Amino acid sequence: MSIFIDKNTKVVVQGITGRDGSFHTKQMIEYGTQVVAGVTPGKGGQKFEAVSPRGEAIMVPVFNTVEDAVKATGANTSVIYVPPPFAADAIMEAAASGVQLVVCITEGVPVLDMTRVYPFVKERGVRLLGANCPGLISPGQSKVGIIPGRICAEGSVGVVSRSGTLTYEIVYQLTRAGIGQTTCVGIGGDPINGTNFIDCLAAFEKDPQTKAIAMMGEIGGTDEQEAAAYIKQHMTKPVVGFIAGQTAPPGRRMGHAGAIISGSAGTAAEKIEAFEAAGVGVARRPIDFVDLIRARLK
Amino acid sequence: MNLHEYQAKEILRRFGVAIPPGEVATTPAQAEAIATKFGTAVMVKAQVHAGGRGKAGGVKFCKTPADAKEKAAAILGMKIKGLTVEKVLVTVAADIGSEAYVGIIVDRASKKPVFMVSAAGGIDIEEVAAKTPEKIRYHPVDVRYGLQTYEAMQLGFFLYSDVKLARAAAKVMQQLYAAFIASGCSLAEINPLVVTPQGEIIAVDGKMVIDDNELDRRPDIEALRDESSEEQSEVDARKHNLTFIKLEGNVGCVVNGAGLAMATMDLVKYYGGEPANFLDIGGSSNPEKVVNALRIITEDSNVKAILFNIFGGITRTDDVANGIVTATKANPLKVPLVIRLTGTNEELAMKILTDNGFTASKDMDEAVRHVVAIVKGEKAA
Repeated sequence: MSIFIDKNTKVVVQGITGRDGSFHTKQMIEYGTQVVAGVTPGKGGQKFEAVSPRGEAIMVPVFNTVEDAVKATGANTSVIYVPPPFAADAIMEAAASGVQLVVCITEGVPVLDMTRVYPFVKERGVRLLGANCPGLISPGQSKVGIIPGRICAEGSVGVVSRSGTLTYEIVYQLTRAGIGQTTCVGIGGDPINGTNFIDCLAAFEKDPQTKAIAMMGEIGGTDEQEAAAYIKQHMTKPVVGFIAGQTAPPGRRMGHAGAIISGSAGTAAEKIEAFEAAGVGVARRPIDFVDLIRARLK
Repeated sequence: MNLHEYQAKEILRRFGVAIPPGEVATTPAQAEAIATKFGTAVMVKAQVHAGGRGKAGGVKFCKTPADAKEKAAAILGMKIKGLTVEKVLVTVAADIGSEAYVGIIVDRASKKPVFMVSAAGGIDIEEVAAKTPEKIRYHPVDVRYGLQTYEAMQLGFFLYSDVKLARAAAKVMQQLYAAFIASGCSLAEINPLVVTPQGEIIAVDGKMVIDDNELDRRPDIEALRDESSEEQSEVDARKHNLTFIKLEGNVGCVVNGAGLAMATMDLVKYYGGEPANFLDIGGSSNPEKVVNALRIITEDSNVKAILFNIFGGITRTDDVANGIVTATKANPLKVPLVIRLTGTNEELAMKILTDNGFTASKDMDEAVRHVVAIVKGEKAA
């Protein structure tokens, strides 16, 4: 089992003919993801060529709109690689076209765009992951996004993280130690994102295959503290956490609004304290995940 | 991107907010001339991208033009939180009856812009929030509809019981909201919003922080960037699409990805070292980026050793390896270099490095321990 995506996930790629979109579409297909359609306005009717894990040529049909792609192929998940000025519209287009999951890889989406997009997506009952995230992977089944497939292995640990390369680092260390994963989810580091730690923790709690969870947070905001409170109240499965930015210097913060609204400076120390209070194992170094997770899988 | 007070006030004025007249001076003589022109008592205020200006002595009341000249001389060149004051705002001193706080921030929790207003404004507003939260009203705005008049009036009446003042304050809320959206802000603040003894509502201080992701589509706002008020190495890095923050330590760090960069700095500290910088070379790195990164780091004479920590996903590690070779051929390094890289094209990267006389590790923990041992003199490079 896994969360959010599995071997039945059918993916439509928005921006399939772009530089990043085409590269990562090939990688996804090579990993075994069912990429059933691509979208680039004006290129409808073309075919996108890639190679399956078994070495067969795959021809992915390209459509002008997501609506056309979903109608023709039954795609249930979209992944977005379009440039930042077009990302908000691409997310809304996907959410309006009947897919259940929208994964937005694009980095640099203005936060005010996201304040419009978020309620639009929510009202349609669609899950959004990102923006500015590496996507997700259920090892052995499907990957949607840019997480390198070869660093993952099938297993029983759920991984959720705000960062990209730090996630790779920790997943890689787990895999090297023989600890596989059910699903690795990168929720992205932007102030407003579609899916947060709590959404992922709740899904891992329900997933029978997942036996323990590794979560990686960062300084800033209060998402990790809220996740810690959720863990204390609702989670029966063990969680190990890490906070990046323990040595980051205090910023030359402007204005008072940030401190007023959160009642918190969002420091690593506050977050680690919240983890400890919730019974979350705290990894001081990335490598510590290996022993802490292993002890909790016994 | 932070705007200076004078820039934020200029924008707010365009949206109709009443603000006392003010002009910018870069010399004491200019400050004196501006004060003479206004012919009244003035405030001289440091224009620097840091909070706590008043508490640092960067904001002074001046009765006469001569006084303004003297105070400007003291403030110009002063350092506030490490930043040198290059400009002062000379502005007509307002008569203050009462001080309120009005701010908008994009809130992570509600995923909306949220108004925060309080009748207890001024420099201690954070303490008000912590100790007497009932004195602050929070109001999230649905951006699809904008701030409606009834909402603005609710906020206005929270500040003032007098209907005329409440109406005037409601108008300021709508003006501030319009400026916030039109400028692509992540934060906008008027503190204090003052009622004068004559019953007028004026903004005596204003702050705006612009979402960096808005700048591409708002060249008019980008044009307000004041590079003279930023750390020069950080300006240089931004021009080369690198994210760089200078710190006080001696281990230079070059990493791809912000999370991994922070975790690398943490690990340097964990093993007893001190990072000299935060540097994120970003996702799709080309060799040129690495060349610039090394140049910027080696300009800091505190740096005693440099650590590369690269986990190749989108980043191709052979690009990084080529960058290291090119940069060190052009400008041989005077300090030891410790390289860790793994991921996309790592075999090729290792070959490039070995052929050019470098060694590299695939293990992050090992590389960090190595570089810390070097700066502590426990290990040869």
